Amino acid sequence: MTASSTTPPKPRRAPGLSRHLLGWLLASPLAVVLAAFLVVPIATIAVVSFWGATEFSIYPAFQFDNYEFLFSSPVTYTVFFNTFKYAAITWICTLLIGFTVAYFLAFHIRNQNLQIGLFLLCTIPFWTSNIIRMISWIPFLGRNGIGNTALIQMGLIDQPLEWLLYSDFAVILAFVHLYTLFMVVPIFNTMMRIDPSLLEAARDNGASGWQTLWNVIIPLCKPGIMIGTIFVVTLVMGDFITVRFMSGSQSANVGRLISNDIALLQYPSAAATAVVLLCTVLLMIAVMLRFVDIRKEL
Amino acid sequence: MTKSTISRRNVLKGAAAGVAASTLPAPMIWAQNIKDITLRQFGTGVSNLNEVASKVKEDLGFNLEMTALDSDSVTQRAATQPDSFDIADIEYWICKKVWPTGNLQAMDVSKIKNYDKIVGIFRSGKLTPESTIAQGTAPHSVGFVDGPDGKSFASSETGWMTLIPTIYNADTLGIRPDLIGRPINNWHELLNPEFKGKASILDISSIGIMDMAMVCESMGEITYADKGNMTREEIDKTFAIFTEAKKNGQFRAFWKSFDESVNLMASGEVVIQSMWSPAITAVKSRGIPCVYQPLEEGYRSWGGGIGLSKSLSGLELDAAYEYINWYLSGWVGGFLMRQGYYSAVPETSKEFMSENEWGYWFEGKEATDVITSPFGDELAKAGETRDGGSFYDRMGAVACWNAVMDENQYMVRKWNEFIAA
Repeated sequence: MTASSTTPPKPRRAPGLSRHLLGWLLASPLAVVLAAFLVVPIATIAVVSFWGATEFSIYPAFQFDNYEFLFSSPVTYTVFFNTFKYAAITWICTLLIGFTVAYFLAFHIRNQNLQIGLFLLCTIPFWTSNIIRMISWIPFLGRNGIGNTALIQMGLIDQPLEWLLYSDFAVILAFVHLYTLFMVVPIFNTMMRIDPSLLEAARDNGASGWQTLWNVIIPLCKPGIMIGTIFVVTLVMGDFITVRFMSGSQSANVGRLISNDIALLQYPSAAATAVVLLCTVLLMIAVMLRFVDIRKEL
Repeated sequence: MTKSTISRRNVLKGAAAGVAASTLPAPMIWAQNIKDITLRQFGTGVSNLNEVASKVKEDLGFNLEMTALDSDSVTQRAATQPDSFDIADIEYWICKKVWPTGNLQAMDVSKIKNYDKIVGIFRSGKLTPESTIAQGTAPHSVGFVDGPDGKSFASSETGWMTLIPTIYNADTLGIRPDLIGRPINNWHELLNPEFKGKASILDISSIGIMDMAMVCESMGEITYADKGNMTREEIDKTFAIFTEAKKNGQFRAFWKSFDESVNLMASGEVVIQSMWSPAITAVKSRGIPCVYQPLEEGYRSWGGGIGLSKSLSGLELDAAYEYINWYLSGWVGGFLMRQGYYSAVPETSKEFMSENEWGYWFEGKEATDVITSPFGDELAKAGETRDGGSFYDRMGAVACWNAVMDENQYMVRKWNEFIAA
């Protein structure tokens, strides 16, 4: 955000304004927007997390009760573990599917129009809302749903599969369905930037297809993979509605913990959980960014 | 469920035109100013119906703005945003939580015309003089305060009411008789391993805990001093039983919204679950058999009423009283009773129901003709009787009222653990 360094050395139009001041002025609209809509709300959440609550009101205080309860409750650890589990499995699935799709689009489709056409095809599910895409799995996966009926009619199973719906399987299936595109897009983007001559050079030097993939393409795709990872992980970590619907309210993640607290007017406790979740996610992203420099991509 | 289509409205209008267009004397004093008044009401979906608002406009002339929310949001709003509403349509247990905030004002019963006709449950606490008062937050126990500025609840009728009762019912378990194939008579059947993976309970802690208590008591595992106000030990024991059942895969899902409960039941995912009366109706109207099973241990009951915002005064306060009097005068009561709820003043509602409807819904008699809901859906055929029987059979068998406990916060934390377990 060093706007001052990019401004011309001597702005003739504004003789009264120093270069320094002009830079600040140019940066200020964005700074104000970010301060008002990002910094202040998060600061408020952090402040409220130290407040106290009665059943129907919250009162200003500076106490660590909320955090104390949070860290001393076994539920917190179970729920955080659950959240990580969802994030990890979803990440692996979306990465495998996303990378494969992007690879196919980038290297196997030679015709550019077809490439664009197929890419747009991937985005079609995004024309409807998140919730609809998620809920539409329910009639499909149910005990008497299309999936089970089809399997029974094909003679593959005798009894309906109970674990298809209202299970961790259903939750992860919905996550993968909802978020794979967030992996496809950045990976596809980095793949398109790979200089074809690098691949030719690899082949000329006798690399097999797998060796090219492992030693050339994947390293060059790392920034894209990382951006996709950040998307997927943050979306899954912050979700609550998918977990509620697809698990039939039987599993919990951190988002549900927060939403339960809010529903019961326990704002300070919800805020404390939110702060812990925020720190966890930031920490994860910080670690990820140490491995890959995504700025190369931006 | 309250999404009324055009056709439904037309049916309703037809029905409304059938009964006397206006049985109320027109209010005289403020006839001119009245049209400018808008009262903002919010509450749970059950009674926040657009039909009521349009009928108010027709009969009383002023505007009623309705907002329907779930019970958690209703509590939140009543407690934290007193200026966002004029009339709060809340449940009695919510009143117990919200009243101490001072956001509502007590109502002078001398201005309520039909006060003397209000069912005993909301006044003395007794349905009939012989009745025993059920456990939990019984409506009369939070229904009165000492004076206009009373902060604490009075133990008997004082002339200052916190909420004017509007709607109430007795809840029990809903079952799919076709998929169960044998009689169900007790609450403990919810945890019967026979229904493993096919049971459900609602994920609203304050109500769910009561259903759990009914089940645990029916199993003979726990005897509660007061199911509506459990000790920590009782809460722990109750959750231990349910957590074990959950881990054994007893539950298919938990539901939070009305529609979820309907879908779970209609799709056959669940064959026995805690349910609300209109949800049963919704399942039945899809042609799927569903029974609101009366159980030996009795019902878990709930009641709602309308309370006035502290900030209401002058003309708007007069309009609000006019609205309350209109509410109790029968049209709304009839409208709600034809959906299976009860009205606080049943005798005025009778005038707005056919003899067949009154017999079916209130007296527990066999329907002599088809019973339809106010929205035109067929609910019962001639010869059928209401599950649970008459008003006195059902409301006389209430085992506990929805409640908020002293250990509520502890219970809520335990509930979270249960969900995460």
